[in-house]
Amino acid sequence: MGIEVRNIKKVFNKKTVLRDINFELEAGKIYGLLGRNGAGKSTLLSIIANRIFSDSGEVLLDGESVFENDNALGNMYLMSERNLYPEGMKIEAIFKNTELLYGAFDLGYAQELADKFGLDTSQKFGKLSTGYRSIFKLIIALAVPAKYIFLDEPILGLDANHRELFYRELVDNYVKTQKTFLISTHLIEEITNILEHVFIIDQGEIVVDGDVEAILDKAYLIAGPKEDVDNYCQGLNIIGQENLGSIHGNYIYGSLDDKRILPDTVSIERMDLQKLFVNLTNISVKGGASK
Amino acid sequence: MHFNFNSAEPIYLQVASQIEEAIFTKNYSEKEQIPSTTEISRDFHINPATVLKGINLLVTSGLIEKKRGIGMFVAQGAYEKVVIKRRELFFEDKIVQVVAEAKRLQISEDELIDLIKRGF
Repeated sequence: MGIEVRNIKKVFNKKTVLRDINFELEAGKIYGLLGRNGAGKSTLLSIIANRIFSDSGEVLLDGESVFENDNALGNMYLMSERNLYPEGMKIEAIFKNTELLYGAFDLGYAQELADKFGLDTSQKFGKLSTGYRSIFKLIIALAVPAKYIFLDEPILGLDANHRELFYRELVDNYVKTQKTFLISTHLIEEITNILEHVFIIDQGEIVVDGDVEAILDKAYLIAGPKEDVDNYCQGLNIIGQENLGSIHGNYIYGSLDDKRILPDTVSIERMDLQKLFVNLTNISVKGGASK
Repeated sequence: MHFNFNSAEPIYLQVASQIEEAIFTKNYSEKEQIPSTTEISRDFHINPATVLKGINLLVTSGLIEKKRGIGMFVAQGAYEKVVIKRRELFFEDKIVQVVAEAKRLQISEDELIDLIKRGF
């Protein structure tokens, strides 16, 4: 059970956007898709949801290709940055239309969420601010009956209060429905603890694929005088560096060698997901991600 | 309940230690119901699987009891268990650090003992 993404490649105007993407989504988990602007996140999500076609590779849902497969498509929903709704249409009318389209769209729940977020459903879609457009699309994504929900930059334009409310409602929805969520975002810090598993995509390739806990268990900052730090880090996978006066720090991704003797002058600290992400996707750095 | 999460330690361990702290400070008394996994997940934006992993540590160590269909409760004798555990760790967790800092500050053993007496 789940979604398999196999050997997906995509070229736009001679530029390779996705090189060779492979990963799996197990049913009932919350996944994060992290990448810098232009890394290929939206393209990948659009391909999985069958909105655009890949040049090669395939996407399988429970073992069946999603290509022209109505059953599979009814089980996936992509909330994207693109606005697919008519500007002049009222929110309540779009809710009703969605109900016609997806039989089990939960109209009552959608209205309840609209009230919580303060979205006036008698407004026209075109009149909504950026934040409220996101909120409106989020409400649809949470209320559709599809089992796999893909959220592409869901918190675009949302203020802190609305983001807080969104995380709450997301967890609530997840606990009640056990749906699978794949969420792309660049606001990593806020969402780290909600994610069970992450994919980090960089320049069209998946560079990290793992459970958040396991990944963070391999992410360290080794700090101290430069010579001692460099000595200690020899042969380890250094993904970034930092200097604060005479204190030097090496960011490491990978297991440390337990047999090494740690000098008194050197300390080992942990890195959070955001720091790890920044270091792994910084082009100026030579080291790479080890899978 | 107030959770203050940081990135230094895995989140499931922090969930466990924060609940343990609440038992220790008697914010949760014995036999009292604690918030559900869902409530903790929702309020602190933590994946339910992570919260469950943390709570299961407390179940294993006998601090929390799960009652099917009702909820989770602080076990009888939980406070005592936390106290015993913390006493065992007191030397390593606190005293060793205080002595190390005292040495760096060139505070002698006698001076340190005097300071501790003053603090009591």
